[in-house]
Amino acid sequence: MAEYAKPLPEITAESRPFWEGCKRHQFLVQRCRACGARQHYPRGICAACWSDDLEWLPSAGRGTVYAFTVTYRTQARGFRDELPYVLAYVELEEGVQVLTNLVGGEPATLRIGMPVRVTFEDVSADVSIPRFTPA
Amino acid sequence: MPDALIAGVHEFPERKTAKSVLEIQALSARAALADAGLSPQDVDGYFTVAGNPGVGPLATVDYLNLTPRYVDGTTIGGSSFVAHVNHAAAAIAEGRCRVALITYGSTSRSSGIAVGTRERIAGEYVDQFEGLYGISTVGLYALVAGRHMHVYGTTSAQLAEVAVACRRHAGLNPLALYREPITVEDVLKSPMISSPLHLLDCCVITDGGGAVVVVHPDVARDLRKPPVRILGSAEAVAHAQAGHRDYLTTAAAQTGPRALAEASVSHDEIDMAMIYDSFTITVLMTLEDLGFCKKGEGGAFVSGGRLGLGGELPINTDGGGLSSNHPGMRGIFLVVEAVKQLRGECGERQVKDCRTALVHGTGGTLGTRHSGATLVLGRA
Ligand SMILES: [Zn+2]
Repeated sequence: MAEYAKPLPEITAESRPFWEGCKRHQFLVQRCRACGARQHYPRGICAACWSDDLEWLPSAGRGTVYAFTVTYRTQARGFRDELPYVLAYVELEEGVQVLTNLVGGEPATLRIGMPVRVTFEDVSADVSIPRFTPA
Repeated sequence: MPDALIAGVHEFPERKTAKSVLEIQALSARAALADAGLSPQDVDGYFTVAGNPGVGPLATVDYLNLTPRYVDGTTIGGSSFVAHVNHAAAAIAEGRCRVALITYGSTSRSSGIAVGTRERIAGEYVDQFEGLYGISTVGLYALVAGRHMHVYGTTSAQLAEVAVACRRHAGLNPLALYREPITVEDVLKSPMISSPLHLLDCCVITDGGGAVVVVHPDVARDLRKPPVRILGSAEAVAHAQAGHRDYLTTAAAQTGPRALAEASVSHDEIDMAMIYDSFTITVLMTLEDLGFCKKGEGGAFVSGGRLGLGGELPINTDGGGLSSNHPGMRGIFLVVEAVKQLRGECGERQVKDCRTALVHGTGGTLGTRHSGATLVLGRA
């Protein structure tokens, strides 16, 4: 595996279940047992009611493009060698927006609203990074 | 609104400087106090952002040898200094200080900081979910610009109108970084940085700084220049809402109505506006959310010369961040220029009979989390 030049997540106890899900190629969405709200990014409390009684729901990994931008100039680590690349918000079927990259599609063919599915890049023994690709 | 007035302002004139962040602030503070007719000994309230330098106001008060009885290090991005004016007015109204000094300095340009395209990682918990994907400031505004186009049919040519208006004004400001006129075509032909934003949709990178002095009405009575009244003010934040956000609505939708209501001022009474222009899209969406036009109609609103001097709503008469200066945080310049306009000190770029001005600062990024701060200012 070539050296991964992009930033890696600094995984904490709070976020570990999410990243362990990614390792298994499952995108997990948090759901609140108290009020039913779903959320991303994951955190120690429910953003809707502040309950700490949360569970992890495996997402189907499907969604649509909410917004995207094709980046032609950047100083971001690891991305300067891959220009242009696509930064995007994807709205999952489970109802939450996820900041991500769109990969595997020609930038010119991308559209807001188009269906996408999650794909994982195994970048180290411990970390797999979720991204999305045209479905 | 609490009774407090803006008595002195100064913009550091250089766009690239050998001076330090602290020197820029010291020289700006001295000039703003002189502008007010006050001295350093009069200052009993002090406001600046964190990292300017150091953990907040401590490094600056040490350097300036000030011992204020009220300090505020509110740091909410480029809008911070607009919020500082609001906080200073509240502190003065509560009797906690009488002469509040706000300062800012930055050497972004001479330090070679690529403000817009550098990796935007803050050392926060959320980095592990956002920071992996090549995020930059321009990228996080471009996301929103692209969605605005998709939903409302806004065009790149309409965004370009904002840059063209600012550049025209910069041509009338001897201090502005870029003064040569540009056309819509020039903006569209400039290199794409992060689609749909071109190079000329993005603010410049400069050094710079400034200072603002806010005072109690009793202090204002004896000063050299007529002070400017703070008629209304408001602050707000907007963020990802745990994955449930409408990114086409900015914090200005909260602050605009509140600040205007507090001032008892209607939109058609605003003679000019200073709108934070990190990018052209920032201006377009801010004007919508402040209520100058309906949501989604910003593209048409910014077109046809409406934002230029002589137009219905002249904005950013100094040339804005798009053409005059943007050292990383621009909020203080919004206040400085609005005050100069209200005092009639703007020479060639003076808005005729300018009685009421609106200032809106945006800090952070529209694509993740940001703050908004609005002031309505009036001639004394
Ligand atoms: Zn809940």
